[in-house]
Amino acid sequence: MAAKKLSKPSPALDNNFGLPHTKAMLQLSGNRGQPEVLPTLVDLRRGDAAILETIDLPREEARRLMELGFLPGTQITAGRSAPGGDPRVFQVDGSEIALRRETARCLRVKLERKKRPV
Amino acid sequence: MSDCHDCAASSVVTFPGPAQTVAGNARVALIGPPNSGKTTLFNRLTGLRQKVANFPGVTVERHTGVAVLPDGRAIPVIDLPGLYSLSPRSEDEQIAYDVLTGQRGDTGKPQAVLLVLDSTNLARHLMLAAPILALGIPTLIILNMADDLRKRGGHVDLTALSAELGAPVALVSARQGEGIDQVFEFLAGAMPKPAPKYLPILQDVPKCRQWAGRIGQEARYHAPAPPKWTRRLDAVFLHPVAGLLIFLAVVVGVFQTIFTVADPAKDAVDWVIHLTGNWVASVLPASLFRSLLLDGIWTGVGSVVVFLPQVLLLFLFIGILEDSGYLARAALIADRTMARVGLQGKSFIPLLSAYACAVPAIMATRTIENKRDRMATILIAPFMTCSARLPVYTLIIAAFIPDRPVLGRLLGARAVTMLALYALGFLAAVVTARLLKSSILKSGRTPFLLEMPSYRWPTVQSLGLRLLDRSVVFLRRAGTVILLVMVVLWVMAHLPLVGGHPPTIDHSLAGMLGHTIEPAIRPLGLNWKVGIGLITSLAARETIVATLGSIYGMDGQTNDAGLQTALQHDLSFGGAVALLVFFAFAMQCISTIAVVRRETGGWKWPVLQFTYMGALAYAGAFVAFHVLR
Repeated sequence: MAAKKLSKPSPALDNNFGLPHTKAMLQLSGNRGQPEVLPTLVDLRRGDAAILETIDLPREEARRLMELGFLPGTQITAGRSAPGGDPRVFQVDGSEIALRRETARCLRVKLERKKRPV
Repeated sequence: MSDCHDCAASSVVTFPGPAQTVAGNARVALIGPPNSGKTTLFNRLTGLRQKVANFPGVTVERHTGVAVLPDGRAIPVIDLPGLYSLSPRSEDEQIAYDVLTGQRGDTGKPQAVLLVLDSTNLARHLMLAAPILALGIPTLIILNMADDLRKRGGHVDLTALSAELGAPVALVSARQGEGIDQVFEFLAGAMPKPAPKYLPILQDVPKCRQWAGRIGQEARYHAPAPPKWTRRLDAVFLHPVAGLLIFLAVVVGVFQTIFTVADPAKDAVDWVIHLTGNWVASVLPASLFRSLLLDGIWTGVGSVVVFLPQVLLLFLFIGILEDSGYLARAALIADRTMARVGLQGKSFIPLLSAYACAVPAIMATRTIENKRDRMATILIAPFMTCSARLPVYTLIIAAFIPDRPVLGRLLGARAVTMLALYALGFLAAVVTARLLKSSILKSGRTPFLLEMPSYRWPTVQSLGLRLLDRSVVFLRRAGTVILLVMVVLWVMAHLPLVGGHPPTIDHSLAGMLGHTIEPAIRPLGLNWKVGIGLITSLAARETIVATLGSIYGMDGQTNDAGLQTALQHDLSFGGAVALLVFFAFAMQCISTIAVVRRETGGWKWPVLQFTYMGALAYAGAFVAFHVLR
C-alpha cells in the first residue's frame, strides 16, 4: 500500500484536482458561488477511503497528526469504531490511529471510493 | 580487548573493558517511536540486570540495565521514552531529547544509540532516523518485528538502506530473539560502518515524510500486507455489541479471578508464615526481643506479605492486556465515558494502572500532553482502588460479608461487595473529575490520538520480568516503610513500662493515642483500636491490617483468636462498612502524596487533594454507619 503511494511522490494540494472533486462539489454545495465545502473524516463510513486535503487545526495539533501519518495527499481508510461510533479508527500510512469525532471533523478529505471491505 | 586495535578502523563504538565501565552511567541509549518494541528489545538485551528509577527532578521513569557482551564486557543501557520526532513537546520527549544531546549531566552524552523502528511501518518510522543520525553519535538502526514483516510478505534491502542512511542496519525480532547477535556485534564495535551520508534535517513534516518514503523506495522496501489477524480480532473486540460485552467481561473477570484464584495462594503464604513464626518462637527464649520479632515484625509484615499473590495476579492481568494490544482497544471503548467527565482515553491507561498503584499511575500521566487533563488525572487517580486497599477490603469482607451466591455460582456476595467498592472509588473519581474539569481545570479541546498496535501474544519473559519487578517493589515496601511503622508501633505498645513489664495495650502509648482520637471516629462506628490502625495507615493503607493483626495479637483478651473473629467481636456491621467506605475515599499513602508533590511542583495540590479526599472519606463513612446501623 505504501509502495503504491510512493510511486507518485506525495502530490501537492493542487495536483489533486480531478473528477471526483468536481462531483463532490456538485453534491455538497447547494449555493453556487459559495466556497466549496469538502467532506470531513466524520462523513466516512467503515470501509470508505479518502484523500486528505487540509487539517483545520492549530499548528501544533496539526503537526502531531502529520507525524502520525495524516499528511495532505495521503489516503485514509475509515475502520471500526468504539461502540456508538466515536472515536473511530483510521488506517493511514500503514498504521491504525483512533480519532475522536471532534478531531476527525477538522480533517477535510476528498472521497476516493466507497465501501471497500475492511 | 586485545583485538581492539585491529578492529578500530572499522569499529563503530569502542567501550572500555569491564574494569573501566562506570556502573549506572548509561552509555548506550535506546530510542524509537512508541509501539516500536523498544522495551521488549531492552528486556532482551539486559534480562534481569535492570533498574527502574526516575530522572532526577522529574518523574519520567528511567529504565537502566546492563547488557553483557559475549566477550564479557558489561555495557550500561538506558531505555528512553518513545518519541515521534526530535522536536520535544511533552515532558517525556524533552527528557529523551536532553539525554541524547547530553544536556542531562547525570547520564552523560550516550556513546552509542540504538534506534528502534517498526519494520512493518518503516516508511513512516524512518522519519525519526534523520534527526537522530544528525546528532553524530554512532547509531545502529534496528528494524524490529522482523517476524511480522516476513509473515505478512514485506521486504527490505538492508545493504541498500544502510548505504542510503550511512549507518549500520540490523533486522531484528526482539520478541523471538532473532538478530540480537547483530546488536551485540554493533555494541562490541565489530560491525562495519558504511560511508557516512549527509542527511537533511527537515522541520517540515510532509517534506520529511517524502524523504523517508524516498529512502524506503531506494531500499526496495515493500510494506507488508495489513495484519489479517488484527483485523479479524478487531471485528470481534470492536464489535458494537460483542466488543462492549467482552470489555465488561474482561473487567469483571479480572476482579473475580483475583478474588477466587488468589485465595488459596494467599492461604498457602499465610501457612508458611505461621509455620516459620512458630519455629522461631520455639527456638528463641521468651524475651522482649522475641516479642518484637514475632508480635511486631513477623505478624505485622507477614500479614501484608500474604497479599503478594493477589497483587501479582493483578499485575499479571494488566501485563497481558497491555502486551497483547487489547489495552489500546479498551482505551478506545472507554474514551466516550472518559470524555463525558471531561477526560480522554489517554487518561484511561494511567487510571487503569492506578488500580494496581497510584504512584506509577501518576507517573504515567506524563504521556498526557494537555496539562489540565494531566492534573485532573493525577488528582483523581488515588480514588481508583489500588492494590494496597485490597488487603483491607479482603480482611473486612471476609469477616463481615457472608459467602453467599448472588448470581448463581458465578458471582458471590463477597465478589459483589468488592465490585461495589471498586465502583464506589470509580464514582468518586468521576464526580471529582467532572467537578474539576468544569471549574478550576476547565480546558478547551483536547485532541485524542491513540495508535492501535497489532495484536501479539504476550511473552512469558516480558510478563515474568514485570511481575518480578512488582514483587520487588511490593516486598521492599513491606520491608521498609511497613517494617518501620511496625517497630514504632510495637515500641509504643510496650511503653511506658509498668514495674519493668510492658503495660496492657489499653494503657500503652499506642492505646492512649487511639483513645485520644476515639471521639473523632466514634461517629463512624469505629473503636480506638481501629483508630490506631487509621493513624499508622497514613504511611500506607495496607499497614492497618498489620497494625490490627499486631494489636489484636498482643491484646490479652483477643489473643489467639483469628483477626477476623476478633474484628467481628469488636466492630458492628455498620462500622465495618464505614471502614470500607473510609478506605475507598481517603488518601492514606505517603508515597502518593510525595509523588503528587513532585509532579505538580508544590504542596498546593497534594494538600488540597488530601483534605478533599479525607473530608469525603469521613462524610461517606459517617453516612454508611448511620444508614446501616
